[in-house]
Amino acid sequence: MSDVYNALIVGIGGQGVVLASNVLGEACLAEGRTVRCSETHGMAQRGGSVESHVRINGRYSPLIPPGQADLLISFELLEALRYRHYLKPEGTFVVNEYLVVPTSVYVQRLPVPQKDELLEQLRGDRFYLIDAQALAKEAGSPLTQNIVMVGAASTHLPLAITSLHEGIKRWVPAKTLEMNLKAFDLGRAATTR
Amino acid sequence: MSRRYVLGNEAIAHACLEAGVDFVSGYPGTPSSEIIETLIRFKPSFHVEWSVNEKVALENALGASWTGVRTLVTMKHVGLNVAADPLMTSAYTGVKGGCVIVSADDPFAHSSQNEQDSRCYAKFAKLPCLDPCSVQDAHDMLRDAFSLSEELGLPVLFRPTTRICHQKSDVELGEVATEHRKGSFQKNPQQFVVIPAHTRVLHRRLNEKQPLVKETLARRGYFSTDLKGKDAVIASGIAAAYAREILPPGTSFIRIGAYPIDERWLRDVITAHERVLVMEELDPMVEEAVRQVAGSTIVHGKLDGMVPSEGELSLPLTYRALTAAGFINATDVPLAPVPAQGVPVRPPIMCAGCMHRATFFAMKKVFKDGIYPSDIGCYTLGLQLGAVDTCICMGASITIGSGIYHAGETHPIVCTIGDSTFLHTGIPGLMNAVYNGASMVVVILDNRTTAMTGHQPHPATGSTALGGETPPVSLEAICRACGVQYVETVDPYDLPTLTAAFQRAAEYTGVRVVIARQPCVIIARRAGIQRQRYMVDPERCTACGLCVRFGCPAIETTDEITTITDLCSGCGVCAQICPQGAIMREART
Ligand code: SF4
Ligand code: SF4
Repeated sequence: MSDVYNALIVGIGGQGVVLASNVLGEACLAEGRTVRCSETHGMAQRGGSVESHVRINGRYSPLIPPGQADLLISFELLEALRYRHYLKPEGTFVVNEYLVVPTSVYVQRLPVPQKDELLEQLRGDRFYLIDAQALAKEAGSPLTQNIVMVGAASTHLPLAITSLHEGIKRWVPAKTLEMNLKAFDLGRAATTR
Repeated sequence: MSRRYVLGNEAIAHACLEAGVDFVSGYPGTPSSEIIETLIRFKPSFHVEWSVNEKVALENALGASWTGVRTLVTMKHVGLNVAADPLMTSAYTGVKGGCVIVSADDPFAHSSQNEQDSRCYAKFAKLPCLDPCSVQDAHDMLRDAFSLSEELGLPVLFRPTTRICHQKSDVELGEVATEHRKGSFQKNPQQFVVIPAHTRVLHRRLNEKQPLVKETLARRGYFSTDLKGKDAVIASGIAAAYAREILPPGTSFIRIGAYPIDERWLRDVITAHERVLVMEELDPMVEEAVRQVAGSTIVHGKLDGMVPSEGELSLPLTYRALTAAGFINATDVPLAPVPAQGVPVRPPIMCAGCMHRATFFAMKKVFKDGIYPSDIGCYTLGLQLGAVDTCICMGASITIGSGIYHAGETHPIVCTIGDSTFLHTGIPGLMNAVYNGASMVVVILDNRTTAMTGHQPHPATGSTALGGETPPVSLEAICRACGVQYVETVDPYDLPTLTAAFQRAAEYTGVRVVIARQPCVIIARRAGIQRQRYMVDPERCTACGLCVRFGCPAIETTDEITTITDLCSGCGVCAQICPQGAIMREART
C-alpha cells in the first residue's frame, strides 16, 4: 500500500471541510484512481471539530492512522494542533491563519489561546501558513476559503490541476465556479511563491 | 454502469433504485438519514415517506411488502428497538415483495446513546443479515438483497456501520430500474393473522427454513476465503477492510459478509488453521460461532481480550491485535506520535440564535432548583448549559419525569422534548402523565423540524418527505386531547414573555405544557428569513460576562472586550439579557 497518499483535512463544522475533500475525491475519480474517504456527518457538524480523511489510491481503510498523513490541511489553528500527530515526520502541513476560540473557553473562563503561541507550536519543516480569508475575499467571497486551502495544498498533491478543476466544477454551485477557480489559483500561488 | 465518487448512504440509495424499490419508509437517525434524502433527490415516482417513528415505518413497509412490492425501511440501530415488535413477528409472517430493513450501527457512538449491535436482532428474530465491508460491497449487497428477501420469503436486515454509511469512495453504479410493481393484497389469514393457531405453524416453518437461509447466503457468495497458511484472520464489516490492508503475508483471510453462518463450512475453514484471530466490531457474533466449531484451533478475539469489546476498530487496533495474537512482531507496527496536550476541546454546540438556548435560559431562571429530564435532539446539547439532567432514549423525557415525580421528588420537574421527538414517542408519555396524575411542566421545543439529523419534515410541519403539502398536526390540540388543561405557546426569542409563561405555569399543579415555537435558524435561513445582526456598544459594556455565559457562539470576549461575530443570526436574545442595554441591532448599511 506504499502508493497510498494520505490527505487529512480538518476544521470546524460549517467551514466546508467535506466539500474540500469531495474535490480531492472527485479528482481521484477523474484520474481513474481508487479513493477511500471518511467524513464527519451528523451532530459534530454543529460547530464541532470535524475531519475528512482522503486516502488517494486507497483500497481498504477509509481512515488514516496517526502518524501516516502525507498532507494535513487545517482550516483553523487549534484544529491544526489537535490533529498534528496525524502527520508523518516528512509530511506537509498547510494551515489557515485563522483562530476560532471554542465558546466553552469563554463560558468557562479558561485561558484564551493566542495566535502567536499557537503558531510557535505549529511551525516546522514543510509548514505553510495561508491567509485564506484574505485570499477568499480577493477571489470574491469568504465562502471560497476551503477552495483556497485546496489550491494551497495542490502543489503537494499527486493530482493534476485539471483533475482538481474537474472536482471543483463537480462540487461547487455553478454560479460560483469562476470565483472558486480563482480562489484555487490564489491559494496555489501562495505556496509556490 | 458508471463509476462515481459517492457517500456510502448514496450508494445504498442508488442500489435500491437499481433493484426497482417501490416503497420506502424510515425515521431519520445518524448514520442512516442520507439514504432516504438521496432517494428524495432522485424525485421518485414511487412512495417515499418519513414516518412518525421506526415501528410505524416498518409496519408500513410490511403492509406494502405483503402486496408484492419491493420495500426499503431505514433507521439507526436504536430505531430498531422501537421497531422490534413488528420485526420479531415479521419473520413468522414473512414477506412477498422483497423487504430490506437498513439498521445502521454506530460503533464508538459518534452520534448515539449506545453501541448496540443490530446483528443480534437478526439472530433474535431468525432473519438473514448482511454486513458490508466497503461502499461497493454495500451497494452490491443491497442491490441483491431484494431478490434474496423474495427467494427466502423473509425480510432481510442490512447492517452498515458509520464508517460505511459516511465513507466516500469510487463505486461502480448500475442502471436505475424504470419498471415498478403495483401492489395487490391477497387475503391469507394463515399467514397474515398471527393468532396462536397460526403462529405456532409459522414458527415451525421459520425454524425449518434456517438451513435454507444459510445455504442461500453461502451460495450467493457472502463468505469468502483466501487460504494461505496456518494462521488466519476472520473478519466482518469494516474490520475486514482494516485487516485486508495490513494482513501479514502468508496469513489466510476469511471474510464473513452475512449471518447466519453455515457451521459446516465454518468448521472446515477454521480447523484447517492452527490459530485464528477474529476481527469484528461490537459484539462477538462471529467469534462465538467460530469458538463453537474450533476444535483444537486456537481462537483469539474479544473473548480473550485481544480485540476491544467497545468502540470502533481501526488500523492501529488491528495492528495491536495482530501483535497480541503473535501474527506479527511488535517491531512491524508503525510508530504513532502522541497528540498535543491541552488543546481546548471543541464539542458541537447549539447554533447562534438557536431557540433552545433561549428557552433553557428562561427555564433555568424560573425553575432554579428544577429537575430537567430531557430527550434526544439538538437540545441534548443543553447539557453544556446545565439544562439537561436525564436523556436515555427517544420520548423518555416525560416518562422519566413522571417516574421521578411519583417516587416522591418534591423539586419542580421540567421536561424538555423536541417537536419531532414528541410526535415520535412523546405522546403516550404525556397521556400517561396526565392519566396517572403526575405534576410537571413539559416544554415542547418546537423548532418546526427534525433538526439534529439534517432537518427532515414531520407531521407538524405541513410538508411531506417529497415536499408535498399536508395538513399540519397541531401540537396544542394533541396536548389538550391528552387531557392537559394548561397549554401555552410562546416565542422563545421574546424573553420577558417566555419567562412570564414559565412563571405562570409554575403556579399550577398537574401536567402543564409550554410550547416554545421558533423555527430552527438553519430552516429559517433556508426559508429566506434574514434578521439584522447585533453588536456591542463598547461604551456601555461593563464586561459583566452575563451575555458570554449565555453561551451563544457568536459572542466572543477578549481582554474585557466583548464582541459579536458574523455568526450572529439576529435572534436578539442577548440584547434582552444585557443589564446595561449595551447590545443593539446593527444599523442597516
Ligand atoms: S440546527 Fe437548529 S435546532 Fe439544531 S442547534 Fe442549530 S438552530 Fe438549534
Ligand atoms: S443576537 Fe445575540 S444571542 Fe442572538 S445570535 Fe446574535 S449574538 Fe447570538
